[in-house]
Amino acid sequence: MPDILIELFSEEIPARMQTRAAEDLRKLVTDGLVESGLTYAHARSFSTPRRLVLAIEGLTSESPTLREERKGPKIGAPQQAIDGFLRSTGLGMDDLITKEDKKGAFYLAIVEKPGQPAAEILAPVLEKTIRNFPWPKSMRWGSGSLRWVRPLHSIIALMVTEAGADIVPLDIDGIRAGNTTRGHRFMAPEPFTVSGFEDYAAKLKRAFVVLDAAERAEAILNETQNQAFALGLELVEDPGLLAEVAGLVEWPVVLVGEIGADFLSLPPEVLQTSMREHQKFFSLKDKSGQIVRFVTVANRETADNGATILAGNQKVLAARLSDAKFFWENDLRVVANVGLSGMAEGLANVTFHNKLGSQKARIDRISALAREIAPLVGASPDLAHEAAEIAKADLQSAMVGEFPELQGTMGVYYAKAAGLPDAVAHACKAHYQPLGPSDDVPTEPVSVAVALADKIDTLTGFWAIDEKPTGSKDPFALRRAALGVIRLVLENNVRLDLASPVIGQLQRNEVARQFSVAANSPNAFATMGGLEEFASRAVIDVNEFEALAADLLAFFHDRLKVYLRDQGIRHDVIDACLAMPGNDDLTLLVARARALQATLETDDGENLIQAYKRANNILTQAEEKDGVEYSFGADPKFAETDEERALFTALDAAEQQIAPAMAREDFATAMAAMAALRAPVDAFFTAVQINTDNEILRRNRLNLLSRIRQICLSVADLGKLDG
Amino acid sequence: MPASSDKPRSFQEIILRLQAYWAAKGCAVLQPYDMEVGAGTFHPATTLRSLGSQPWAAAYVQPSRRPTDGRYGENPNRLQHYYQYQVLIKPSPPDLQELYLGSLDAIGIDTALHDVRFVEDDWESPTLGAWGLGWEVWCDGMEVSQFTYFQQVGGHDCKPVSGELTYGLERLAMYVLGIDHVMEMPFNDPQAPIALTYGDIFRQTEQEYSRHNFDGATTDMLLRHFEDAEAECEKLLAFEPQDPTSGKRIVMAHPAYDQCIKASHLFNLLDARGVISVTERQAYIGRVRALAKKCADAFVQTEAGGWTPEGAQA
Repeated sequence: MPDILIELFSEEIPARMQTRAAEDLRKLVTDGLVESGLTYAHARSFSTPRRLVLAIEGLTSESPTLREERKGPKIGAPQQAIDGFLRSTGLGMDDLITKEDKKGAFYLAIVEKPGQPAAEILAPVLEKTIRNFPWPKSMRWGSGSLRWVRPLHSIIALMVTEAGADIVPLDIDGIRAGNTTRGHRFMAPEPFTVSGFEDYAAKLKRAFVVLDAAERAEAILNETQNQAFALGLELVEDPGLLAEVAGLVEWPVVLVGEIGADFLSLPPEVLQTSMREHQKFFSLKDKSGQIVRFVTVANRETADNGATILAGNQKVLAARLSDAKFFWENDLRVVANVGLSGMAEGLANVTFHNKLGSQKARIDRISALAREIAPLVGASPDLAHEAAEIAKADLQSAMVGEFPELQGTMGVYYAKAAGLPDAVAHACKAHYQPLGPSDDVPTEPVSVAVALADKIDTLTGFWAIDEKPTGSKDPFALRRAALGVIRLVLENNVRLDLASPVIGQLQRNEVARQFSVAANSPNAFATMGGLEEFASRAVIDVNEFEALAADLLAFFHDRLKVYLRDQGIRHDVIDACLAMPGNDDLTLLVARARALQATLETDDGENLIQAYKRANNILTQAEEKDGVEYSFGADPKFAETDEERALFTALDAAEQQIAPAMAREDFATAMAAMAALRAPVDAFFTAVQINTDNEILRRNRLNLLSRIRQICLSVADLGKLDG
Repeated sequence: MPASSDKPRSFQEIILRLQAYWAAKGCAVLQPYDMEVGAGTFHPATTLRSLGSQPWAAAYVQPSRRPTDGRYGENPNRLQHYYQYQVLIKPSPPDLQELYLGSLDAIGIDTALHDVRFVEDDWESPTLGAWGLGWEVWCDGMEVSQFTYFQQVGGHDCKPVSGELTYGLERLAMYVLGIDHVMEMPFNDPQAPIALTYGDIFRQTEQEYSRHNFDGATTDMLLRHFEDAEAECEKLLAFEPQDPTSGKRIVMAHPAYDQCIKASHLFNLLDARGVISVTERQAYIGRVRALAKKCADAFVQTEAGGWTPEGAQA
């Protein structure tokens, strides 16, 4: 049972690609071996910045011999047929044997495909793997045509048995497989030979290479935590950065350095972002949360224990942070001089989307909408408007220009520096939220108003220019925006008929579009009074937007279904509630759905649905047959049985409960009252035959069924339920 | 060659050592291109010579201008005019990384004490229609060079592939010399009778050009010049290859490319003046790229670009 060692040694592989590449190497090679009839006990792969490694244990030494019997022509068949059979099997006449079955005697060929030694299978599998490796990006180098992530220098391909280690013969574009590799680029550059995986891993470690990325990451984390602990500090955990740094070094050495006192006054987000993005430093914070030290991970030991390296890194960080400080102070100066609204002025020259105008135009629309929404979420309309106007001002700041990921975060600092109320300042960051299904939803009313306005404007804008998401394509993150609206509304219990702001914003969009067309036309006087004056005269046909709005609401409903399904609410329950009026009030819709689902989970509820369906079927058939609608006029005086009379009483009681409960949107009470009808309805169906010969009784009973239907339909469209 | 322990003492000594090192490694040491460019890559010795099949090995200093990076000479590292050292070898030799590390040793960076790393950085020049894969080279966390294997230039696949090294000279030198502010860096030998710092030579010009770039330059004129350069570039390339005056086949790839370089610099100035919106920006970059691509198309129609009469007939 041979073991296999493969090493592909190259120039530095991008950190973000290493883990995946190691996994691909393992899968492609082992799949190839298995397809060729080999089996193996165990396979592991590894990556460092300069190598991908695969170790396979317990490979079968050759593929099995395949024996195939092939039936040939009958004895005495024409010579032509026999010759053809010999050619196809590659055998001579003497190799054939004869056999007999019911139809008579015939020739039989036994074709043996001998097994292949593992080495002969491995070489082409490895070559194919290398030539077709699924790198996210690959390149050529020199005069060659081979592609690899960076120039490939050497290959180890060893087959290790008890007899020793044999090199698997392989030559790819002049790179011959061997048994030689190199250690750390600087600490152990000399080549050495290896005789198998254990020997390889041990010699690598002596040559200052930790082969396993997980081992490197763990070493970095442990050492960082130890050093932080010794200083009374705490590591700001950053798993993404840890994985990346582990892919940048073969021999990690953790060094803790100081951040210049000048820079400690910078916001911690700025420090952390600058250190992480530019320098791949970890941050250490003190008890108060202030970031006070950095951690860099060097790739080597030095005679001065890293003093030179640390001094260099400190100097680079100081240069980086002095840039950040320059941006920070510059931005604060701008804010002090012209305020955030002054900072935002430049947004008039920034295009949001070429069909949707500038960022400024967009902000104007959002501000108008935020003012409208504010009362519905308990926010002051003036504050919401003010917040929306400055919420994106920081896009014009120098700091966000340098670190786009700090958008919103800087806005909060700058808004506070400008002396704006906290509620307004917080909206700078919160209005982008929630950024995904797991991100927090803002709860401060002003933030909620601006966040809703921002997202509704985005959605209506892209709907108006027909840039809706299709399939997996959603370049403007509209699904996320819709989910954001849904979560903002539901998690804050906001009562909002979405159709109204949607139609309003579609109109606002259209007015702005017409305004910008007019402003750019030779006849620009129409816009001289400004947008508001223009809007008062603009002719907008509301009907035009109703179809668009309906389409967008359907999109909201689709996203809502996905969102509620994740929370365990049945899709047919949602459909039953969507069919009710007021379905653009998502809070109401969801309250109804939750109540209905709860009702369906009770015995009475589930059975009542069956009863409702039965009543509805009988009614529908009768209505079709008679050509009339039975909807009114059931009279207890025509009741013949106790069950019938009891149903009248029960319906009266239910109606008295349901109507006021519905009026106060108490769906639970309404549905409980509806479910309570189960017993009388069941009893009625058991005791009474609807379709009697007495036409008066029949009509009365059909009208009675109609009351059941009306009551049930008043809570949800139960016909939409499955089963 | 000076030993690595022998530290250089000035900015110019670092340049001289790089020149000597790459000359010793067989590069033709060229002089800077005599036009305003944004980076050493724009020198035709890189952009155009990376195209076609002819082998090439060149090294040179290139003064470079990035108008938006002006900081009135106050920022310790940012300059609107600075120097790049550029090496281009085609085909890229298998030991290019070792050659590069040797150059660090030559300028006094002892790799036994420092942490030198190759960190992924895919290079792309939207204005040149060029891209390649490679790294930023970090020394103790500082980017000291850009290392790229060119894959495509001006829309043409690079065959063979060129290896390109770009050193940011000021930053590298400040590091080697242990200087915190670029203006304090000795330009010539600090023991010289007339010792000059970088600031003695460039502080005033950084102020002047910062003011020029951000406020002074006349934007209408820049826009006009941009249009002129664009038109001239296209006009030069529209000529028939056969020159009636000399009777020779002469494709004016280089003069046309000069106009492309001009357009690119004018765009950078307009950008610094803040008169180019985000949408327009893309459009301008696209226009410069279109010129670069046409120049590349023209260069491969010249002998230096690998054109042969036989090939043309085939």
